[in-house]
Order: sequence, then C-alpha cells, then structure tokens
Amino acid sequence: MTYLLASLSGLIMGCGLILSGMTAPGKVQAFLDVTGAWDPSLAFVMAGAIGVASIVFRLSSRLPNGLLNGRAPTLASGAIDTPLIVGSLLFGVGWGISGICPGPALVGIGAGYLPSTVFVICLLFGMEFHAWLSGSPVSGTEETSPTPWPGKP
Amino acid sequence: MQVDIASFTPWSALLGGVLIGLAAALLYLGIGRIAGVSGIFGKLVCDQEANSGWRFAFLIGLILSAPLWNALVAETPPAFRLHLDNPQSWAIFCVAGLAVGFGSRMANGCTSGHGICGLARFSRRSLVAVLGFMTGGVWSVYLVRHLLGD
Repeated sequence: MTYLLASLSGLIMGCGLILSGMTAPGKVQAFLDVTGAWDPSLAFVMAGAIGVASIVFRLSSRLPNGLLNGRAPTLASGAIDTPLIVGSLLFGVGWGISGICPGPALVGIGAGYLPSTVFVICLLFGMEFHAWLSGSPVSGTEETSPTPWPGKP
Repeated sequence: MQVDIASFTPWSALLGGVLIGLAAALLYLGIGRIAGVSGIFGKLVCDQEANSGWRFAFLIGLILSAPLWNALVAETPPAFRLHLDNPQSWAIFCVAGLAVGFGSRMANGCTSGHGICGLARFSRRSLVAVLGFMTGGVWSVYLVRHLLGD
C-alpha cells in the first residue's frame, strides 16, 4: 500500500510537471527572464500547488492520525543559516542556466530526453561531492529520521 | 518588464500546479512523507538510506509519468503536450546538474521540497530558500541570455 501510494504520487506529480510546463527548460528560463520577454506562467504553477498542499496540510493537522496510515512527519524548523542561503543561490544558478530542476529532470529521463539524463548523472556527482565535503553522508536534513511504520509497508 | 503573452499559459500552469499539490498531499496524508524530489533522490541513491522502498516507488512513478502522458494525450492541443526543448550545450547541463545537486544538498531541498511543500506549511527556511532559488535563477538567466547571449 505504501509503495502503491508513493508511486501514484510520483505519477501524479510527473503529470502535473508536464501539464504545467515545468519540464520545458525554455519555459522555466522565460519565467526567470524578468528583464526580457517574461512568461509568468510558473507563478501560477506555484499558486496552484501551494494552494492545494497548504489546505491539505492544514486540514491534516486536525486529524488525529492522518488519513490512511499517514502520520505527519516531524519537520525540523531550523534557523536560517549560511548553507541554506548559499545552497539555494547555487541551486538557482544551476536551475537558471539549464532551466531544469530535479523533478522535471527525472520526468525527462522517462521521456528519453538525453540532456535530462546527463543532468541527473551530474546531479548525483554534485550531491556526492557535497556529502564528501561535509564528511558524513547525511547532514542535517529537513525531514528528521523516519518514524517506524506500524507493521510492514 | 514585458510580459510574453504568446507563450503565457495560465490555465495549464494552474491545473498542473494543482496536480503537483495533490501529489504532495497524497504522499503526506498517505504515508506521512514530504514530496521533495531532491531529498527523495538523494536519500535513495546517494545515502542509500534504509526503508527507501517508497522512495524508489515514487521515483519510478515520476519517471513513468512521461510515457504515460505521451500515450494518453497524444491527440491534445500542443499546449498540453510534453515539451522538451534543447537550447543549450552539454557543458551547460553538466555544470547545472553539479550546481543543482550540490546546492540542493546544502540547502536541504529543491523546488518541490522547499518551493511547494515548505511554502505550503509556511516554513521560514523554505521562504528564504525559494528567494535564493529565484535570485540565483534570475541573475544566471540574465547572464546567459542577455550578457553572454545575443
């Protein structure tokens, strides 16, 4: 059931990324190109996604045990630090020059889009390089250690 | 600032966004996880964390969405088709992949984790991260398109 829900979520997210235009590098860059011919479409993607997710997140906090076997993940609300700022700026530079971010890149692999495959391989190297630099494979994570599920998934 | 009306697609963007939000909601309600793609990918492939079956399943679903979409909506208007253009060189994709991989680990999230899930639960860290994504993105697009480009 866990795997079914997770794969369904991935499938729906992929369709959303395709429909919204997030998988088109040119469209992403046109959104970031505020000094040129600006395409504000991606602001609508964010509005739709955040709108739905925030309502559901809010409602779920009123449920004692989530919906199915779901339990709300405990999320670290850490301080705003330098790695957050530097990391997000660096992410933005990579996102801007290519027009690709991790979700659409994986969708692109499924579509047989070769640049996405190259991107994801280099993405993995970038992640490994960060892990190597910081000494431990798992640095502080936004989502704290997973809570054991009741029973097998 | 000049809005490019010809390529502006508010409705498919909004609807696609709603689907992304539903996917995040499903993962959160169903199995209590945050739909952050870089975190899911990194913890599965890079950290090889235990109990990652759901991560593998999520990524398989994400990858299979493209062939599914192409099979289902082949006859629809061009606006709804899967668009993949290729305006850049291979070197750009390599550098971008490295920067996005490194940056997403350093900032603990990407456009889905911080940009959608984080903002949806009003996280201050995620707001800072999204401002960082946008700032880096706007400046690098300006550099690539207007200073280095034509």
